[in-house]
Amino acid sequence: MTAGMTIAAIAGLTLVSIVTRGFFLIPERELPIPGWLREALRYAPLAALVAVLLPEIAMTDGHLVHTWRDARLYATATGVLVFVTTRSLLGTILAGTAVLLALRLGLGW
Amino acid sequence: MTTPTPLWRHPEFAVGAREARDVALGIGAWGLVAGVAMSKAGLGPVFAVAMSLCVFAGSAQLAALPLMVQGAPLWVIWATAFCVNLRFIIFSAGWRPYLQSLSRPMRLFVAYFTVDFTYIAFMRRFPRPVDARAHVAYVAGNATVSWIAWQATTVLGVVLADVIPERWGLGFAGSLALLGITASLLVDRATWIAAAVAACAALAAFALPLHLNIVVAIAAAMAVGILIDHLSPAPPAVERQEDAA
Repeated sequence: MTAGMTIAAIAGLTLVSIVTRGFFLIPERELPIPGWLREALRYAPLAALVAVLLPEIAMTDGHLVHTWRDARLYATATGVLVFVTTRSLLGTILAGTAVLLALRLGLGW
Repeated sequence: MTTPTPLWRHPEFAVGAREARDVALGIGAWGLVAGVAMSKAGLGPVFAVAMSLCVFAGSAQLAALPLMVQGAPLWVIWATAFCVNLRFIIFSAGWRPYLQSLSRPMRLFVAYFTVDFTYIAFMRRFPRPVDARAHVAYVAGNATVSWIAWQATTVLGVVLADVIPERWGLGFAGSLALLGITASLLVDRATWIAAAVAACAALAAFALPLHLNIVVAIAAAMAVGILIDHLSPAPPAVERQEDAA
């Protein structure tokens, strides 16, 4: 890809960020959103997170993991445990990463 | 005419900044990975940093990257990023009532800086609109910390690309941040069921191209959420059972 093409690609991607994040904010007058849809919107971020997260923690090459020797499973379990007991995001990240690194580098999982 | 206090002096700015600080480590790990990936893909340090600074969307950048390196047509690159970002369109519908009183450029400016973390934290802080200035102050505080955490670590990743071994899997710290945020959103029976439905839908539709399974998962969870909200008010007995389980 030439430098010019790369610049064009990056400029377009920037526009994509602006347009998608601001999509329903572009029209000057508020679009009528029915009440049921407004209520349903509260489930959207949760669903997006779950869909983004699932392949990261429990899938390999498009399939659910089929081995117990996967460090991510234990790191996830640790993260859940720490979050449930302490409600601390920082603790969740640190404890989960520690378990992941220990299993990856120690046992090669 | 009185001069309004600067935005960063507004108390909500500090609240937003503090809540972003709690996930900054996860954002930072992700930024590091994105920086390493962009550098390793052969984009070159200048374009890698420029891309991160302008696009400011981790998952869209990582999806567009291999296409750019392969020299795919521009429209394919943009369409891919658009699909990965479709969730933001759905989020923006939720934004509308909060930002209604702002001018269009200001609305778009605020929305552009709102990544997933910021949007979710905002909606938790303000379940319903209170006052536009408080909203903007919160987003400004949260987005400033998130932006710095993301950009600084991306640059670091570009610089350290050859030093950080991929097998450490440090990107998983970003997933752990998402995990904690997801867990914090599971507050009642309806959200648990919606999350389970989203997981099943995301799995079932995983073969779809361009990460469209995310959109399928959102649609399924919203449909189930509506059903739960309108058809069956949660009986207390079931709530207790779940607590015990």
